[in-house]
Amino acid sequence: MSICIDENKCVGCGACVEVCPGNLIVLEKKSARIRDVRDCWGCTACVKACRRQAIGYYLSAALGGTGAKLYAVDEKNILTWRLEFPDGTQQSVVVDKTQSNKY
Amino acid sequence: MFAAIRLAEAHPELSIVVAEKANIVRSGCLAAGVNALNAYITDGHTPNDYVRYALNDANGIARRDLLLTMSERLNAVTKKIESLGLVILKDADGNYIARGTRNVKINGENIKPILAAAVKNLGNVEVINHVNVVDLLSNERTVIGAWGFDVRDEKIFCLRSKATLIATGGAAGLYRPNHPGVARHTMWYCPFNTGAGYAMGIRAGAEMTTLEMRFIALRCKDTIAPTGTLAQGVGAAQINARGERYQHRYGNTTSERLNAVVSENLNGRGPCALETIGIDDAQEKNLIRAYLNMAPSQTMKWLETKTPPSIANVEIEGSEPYVVGGHTAGGYWIDRRRRTTLKGLFAAGDVAGGCPQKYVTGAFAEGEIAAESIAEFVADRDHLPLERFDAVDEIEKFFGNPRGLYSTEELEEAMQQTMDEYAGGITKNYRYNEAQLSMARRHIDRIERLSEKLRAESMYDLLKIYELRDRLTVCRALIEHLSARRETRWRCFAEHTDYPNRDPNFDCFINSRLVDGKIKIIFRDLEADCDEENL
Repeated sequence: MSICIDENKCVGCGACVEVCPGNLIVLEKKSARIRDVRDCWGCTACVKACRRQAIGYYLSAALGGTGAKLYAVDEKNILTWRLEFPDGTQQSVVVDKTQSNKY
Repeated sequence: MFAAIRLAEAHPELSIVVAEKANIVRSGCLAAGVNALNAYITDGHTPNDYVRYALNDANGIARRDLLLTMSERLNAVTKKIESLGLVILKDADGNYIARGTRNVKINGENIKPILAAAVKNLGNVEVINHVNVVDLLSNERTVIGAWGFDVRDEKIFCLRSKATLIATGGAAGLYRPNHPGVARHTMWYCPFNTGAGYAMGIRAGAEMTTLEMRFIALRCKDTIAPTGTLAQGVGAAQINARGERYQHRYGNTTSERLNAVVSENLNGRGPCALETIGIDDAQEKNLIRAYLNMAPSQTMKWLETKTPPSIANVEIEGSEPYVVGGHTAGGYWIDRRRRTTLKGLFAAGDVAGGCPQKYVTGAFAEGEIAAESIAEFVADRDHLPLERFDAVDEIEKFFGNPRGLYSTEELEEAMQQTMDEYAGGITKNYRYNEAQLSMARRHIDRIERLSEKLRAESMYDLLKIYELRDRLTVCRALIEHLSARRETRWRCFAEHTDYPNRDPNFDCFINSRLVDGKIKIIFRDLEADCDEENL
């Protein structure tokens, strides 16, 4: 699992740099970059922190990935996950933070 | 953080510093969230029931006093974290809804931001983010603080304190992971928890206990996502390739459940899976959401590969081994007030030994106990003088080393390969013998010597060097613990093939301490009076 950062969307705000638990993301020329994609734990802290949805989370090929990317929009009580498939189709899952897991 | 909250609220006169390698908002093993609170005393049960459960799961190698003092606080700390904002599932009467007999259901995606916000609101807590603490500062055998460096800027921190609480988490990355290579950090425990807390205690001469009781997680294959949500949430049973439910043949402790999968695979009946085929639409939707709150990769795999759990069973596998005192019992030897054997040093959570199955709420409980002990300890104390501070010289050595043949990454891989092949990793089905441990000892010693010559060109390089060195220190101690327990008390967790059976002579704790550069093993009675020991 790792992340890819779209430098066309990134505005260099540094939110991802701040929250990565591995100190893996750096700012270079006003754009975020992950030092080494192999070192990502896949916690999605940066995905949720990015206000521009510039960070996509993906499954490595070794883990069964097909090229889809997962983005998140983190608003006050709602976390909306958007899965973008390689063919351009999308699927969203909305999580209400005020509701507990049922399991 | 929970300890800081407790101490700051009860003692506004105290000044508290939280030093964190990343940022407290999303650091450590809970960065992605957590699926449930797994240590809770549900209706009809008592703290003593929890003690019995944990003692049984550890086959007797756990501290009754630590388990009881932890268990007595589980429900109070659950209330506290709820009051800070954690969502917990309740029935119409406002009672928590249990998942199993010791768990409550939550939305734990934001448990770290909740704690971080609470800490931020405290006037007497200063948080220093992005500082890698390297070592404890001592005056004789009293800990008087710690030093570290900023992982981004060229700054060294010398943190002086009247009391120090170590709550750094356990050790991941000692062993070759399930997916070396591009997915090398797809692992159960946070790969940034390197065992630094154990390592700095070992180097300072603190006594450690039960490192040999490794923890190996049974996980969803590939994503290494939790299985408990499937097993307990929708009641999915383990089945083998023939569709047989086999678990009853192996027992139901944590290590036995893992051994069941390993044994079925070894006997040619793998792959093993959790039987989810046939769950209904509502169950599937809830699972998809639940996994997004703790391990989004699993949800992604279901959706991306078009194999949701209702139509495909979820394959399972064991992770690589970890040292983690929140699940098994490895860590600092402490008394019931969470004091370590070094004066002025306290321990809570995954670094604290002897108290397995503490999980998140147990770690909170230990943090509270430690906070109360610290308040008492510092009440009439002055700072002791710091007589030497060699940090700058130590760090500059790595910047001054010429570029060598080996990189930090290469040495890390060599360490993980050594531990995998000679100290019971995944490829050896978690088994080891004395001849292999002897090889492990030699290789780890060699890699430690090579690590002296590593070169840093940035503060991040320096971080990677120290992370490797901390892991090597933990490996060294772990190998001695594995070798000292000449029996097999827990399959997989500590399976010594020279001694394949349980031996009553080892109804004891295996402890250790660094003496004159060597790990010295100490055997402690199961009912040792640990308070007396530490005074």
